[in-house]
Amino acid sequence: MKLDMAIEELHRSENHLVTVLTSMSDKHKADHEVFYVTRDMAKWSREHVADLARIGRDFGLDLDPEASEDPGLLSAMKQRASVLTGRRSAPGLLLLADLRHLYREAAGTSVDWELLAQGAQGAKEQELLDIAERCHPESLRITRWANAHLKVTSPQVLAS
Amino acid sequence: MGRIDRIAEPWGSRTPYGPGETWPTRVDSYLADGLTEDDVDRWVQSATILHSNGDALDIAVKDERIVGVRGREVDRVNHGRLGPKDLFGWQANHSPDRLTKPLIRRKGKLVETDWDTAMDAVAGRAKELLEEQGPSAISFYTTGQLFLEEYYTLGLIAHGGIGTNHVDGNTRLCTATAAAALKETFACDGQPGSYTDIDHADVIALYGHNMAETQTVLWTRVLDRLAGPNPPKVICVDPRETPVARAATVHLAPRPGTNVMLMNALIHEIIENGWIDREYVEAHTVGFAELEKQMKGYTPELAAEVCDVPAEQIREAARILGQAERLLSTVLQGFYQAHQASAAAVSVNNINVIRGMLGKPGCGILQMNGQPTAENTREAGADGDLPAFRNWENDEHIADLARVWNIDPMQIPHYSPPTHIMQQLRYMEEGSIRFLYVTATNPAVSLPELRRIREILAQDRLFLVVQDIFLSETAQLADVVLPAATWGEKTGTFTNVDRTVHISDKAVEPPGEAKADLDILIDFAHRMGLEDKDGAPLVKWSDAEGAFEGWKECSRGRPCDYTGMSYDKLRGGSGIQWPCNDEHPDGTERIYEDGRFWAHPDYCESYGRDMITGAPVEETEYKAMNPTGRAVLKAAEYIGPHELPSQQYPFQLMTGRTLYHFHTRTKTGRAPQLNAAAPEVWVEMAAGDAADRGFTEGDLLRITTPRGRVEARLRVSGIRPGALFLPFHYGYWDTEDGSQPKKKRDGRAANELTLTDWDPVSKQPIFKTAAAAVERISKAKGQVSAAPTTTGSAPVTGSVPPTTGGDAALAEELVTTGDRR
Ligand code: SF4
Repeated sequence: MKLDMAIEELHRSENHLVTVLTSMSDKHKADHEVFYVTRDMAKWSREHVADLARIGRDFGLDLDPEASEDPGLLSAMKQRASVLTGRRSAPGLLLLADLRHLYREAAGTSVDWELLAQGAQGAKEQELLDIAERCHPESLRITRWANAHLKVTSPQVLAS
Repeated sequence: MGRIDRIAEPWGSRTPYGPGETWPTRVDSYLADGLTEDDVDRWVQSATILHSNGDALDIAVKDERIVGVRGREVDRVNHGRLGPKDLFGWQANHSPDRLTKPLIRRKGKLVETDWDTAMDAVAGRAKELLEEQGPSAISFYTTGQLFLEEYYTLGLIAHGGIGTNHVDGNTRLCTATAAAALKETFACDGQPGSYTDIDHADVIALYGHNMAETQTVLWTRVLDRLAGPNPPKVICVDPRETPVARAATVHLAPRPGTNVMLMNALIHEIIENGWIDREYVEAHTVGFAELEKQMKGYTPELAAEVCDVPAEQIREAARILGQAERLLSTVLQGFYQAHQASAAAVSVNNINVIRGMLGKPGCGILQMNGQPTAENTREAGADGDLPAFRNWENDEHIADLARVWNIDPMQIPHYSPPTHIMQQLRYMEEGSIRFLYVTATNPAVSLPELRRIREILAQDRLFLVVQDIFLSETAQLADVVLPAATWGEKTGTFTNVDRTVHISDKAVEPPGEAKADLDILIDFAHRMGLEDKDGAPLVKWSDAEGAFEGWKECSRGRPCDYTGMSYDKLRGGSGIQWPCNDEHPDGTERIYEDGRFWAHPDYCESYGRDMITGAPVEETEYKAMNPTGRAVLKAAEYIGPHELPSQQYPFQLMTGRTLYHFHTRTKTGRAPQLNAAAPEVWVEMAAGDAADRGFTEGDLLRITTPRGRVEARLRVSGIRPGALFLPFHYGYWDTEDGSQPKKKRDGRAANELTLTDWDPVSKQPIFKTAAAAVERISKAKGQVSAAPTTTGSAPVTGSVPPTTGGDAALAEELVTTGDRR
């Protein structure tokens, strides 16, 4: 059975997603919706990391239930820098690049959840399936948000 | 006939009535200078312009001047009654400081100029930018106070002519969540309730809606029910002890930023106890199973902890809601301007839907708005929507709109929803929007985080046009100021909260060279050379009635169908509720009867959004979820507010309104009786919090947030502990400072303190949860704060003289039996 590997991989990618979301948030402090919504969504990924660590134990894994994150100081510095640059130059392109990146990471994670759900179903692991069914939609919502925000932002950035 | 002080008694005398009976008429009037009705030369039909209730009135004219107003007895909305703002607010029309000539900025100063110079400058700059950058450089920010004809023309110019996606109204601060919540549940805007639901309801639930102050005449209707036989039960959700809270059977005062938690617990209880209409849910809704599942964990105990409301009270409220036979729910800014605004407002819809309480007398939802013509910005496409509730994601709707306008569909931007004002500001900050045309609103006082707003508006690279009736704080920052006519000086129509359309006829000439907004907009369109695809002028009308006829065609077959109306039909009698067409020539009182909605994928205005991220739902997804167009039950998880109190900023600051003022006081601050009733800003704090700090009534306090500082005198009121309240009306035009606080000086505008954050679904800014600190600048020494005693700011300590208006505020009241018509 390779479910443990799948859990471990997902734990890694959800962890990464937390970092992507929070560092994106810090970088776009002057873009208020991006700043707040990415933070709210990061909470989902943090919960997913904890869920995976918990269920991982049943599969002999020892995973950290806490997502590894930027220390507060670093994040505060990034935020301050982003407010300064964000209000002057044209940070639109940077935002587009970050949204694309987030989209790809979240889409990858969401596919991994799908895989895990399939695997859990095959192995008749109910609890694991429950977790996958709870978490998968949330990673899809992150993908959709990134996609939607790209659609809203790109015309202004590209056409002006 | 009696005369009473309508400042001291904002709701006037009681005319009690019972369930199912007709609300008695009471004709309120006020004439200035000791005039009587015999002195009046003529009466001109109109409706109120200082709130959203749509109270019908006649304007008294003598010697070509407005001299007073009288409520229209025949009208379905107010049955003759008027509120204090209606009775006294019109006097602002005569203010000596009205704008009477166009102004243009020369060497840094605004100087008088002529119309040609001003309009050529405006159109010239717009054309230059179109050439240089394209439509993405140009944006429009309008209001909730123009007329339908003006919004429709503005939407046509912006979306159809210039082709910009950047169009919004200050209704973003006001009614955006009402529209968003209706779009989530019913996939389309359109008010499910009617004011007559008050006549029938056995339970009226007001969520964050201080109706007593925001729609005084509607509250009068409730008071008359409460004074009559078999009165309804009232549920009030509000962190302040408002007049509504004082009249309530149950008053829930949750911690700011926890509305969704509270709503979820109420729904949890209703479902757990089986107080649901299973048949209705099965026949007419989608999403119940998911709602049931998601609400499982939200017990009253959990909510009690998060919201700081006793669990027993939550149960009691749920029981009343769950056992109601005719439930009317109303919602306003306490929900709309709060954290998770749309999710909270949608939850209110959910309760009525799962209880099957729609489309029947007494069973309604009123997702309210604050401004008189806010509904029209939504319908006519001037506030971040497309005209007549067309769906920007539906290509056929765009093609149809292009047909009506005789332009190429590509010309209408529909690659994403129209750009809301908060995002527009972001583009101005980045420098990609370089032209902003503001009509009849005052963002330099009403938007959050004013220091940032002023910085953005004052940029050299931004060309700012302000069209208004006074030199507002915003106008003082403009490059060109265009003097406009106002209510009473121009003709047009507007629609109130419950879909009632009124005509407002021109009573007198505008002052000086001021012109109707419609005329200015049409002039702008012509100077821009805007054409349809056959080379004819894009704007095909030259007056209000022509614009109305144009709008009727645009609305044909859509939910807000006006085709059965005409100016003639609107004159003489009562206002008419849309849809009004061949099928319903007298209008439609109740929509959504028998579970018939406008939610079909091909017809609906919106496929909805994610309740947390705000990402639009795609067409395919919506079709799969709701193929036959039922009501959509949407659940939302509770998430905490983004700015929480801390040791440094221990309070939660809410901003809001008072009964006697409207918006940034441009009019009400110039009406003597209204201004005297609430002349200066104040801050409210709970008695316990004040006592802990040794503060007393009238102390001068400084309120600080990370964004700024405001000075205000303390009113110890019935607000919940831990919260502060500041009225947001007060700006700088009537201070020495003019447009903003002098350097290093504390501000007066509450929005110096608010944060830039908005609900991702409705994009409505959050004004109810800013972390704040308070310190005392000086002791009261016998002075009291200027807060009214008749309202939510009523004192709970000390001896404060009651708010009265004296002789100047005496207005007539005539309770009739209906034979006066
Ligand atoms: S005061 Fe509030 S509710 Fe009233 S119009 Fe202004 S924003 Fe809307």
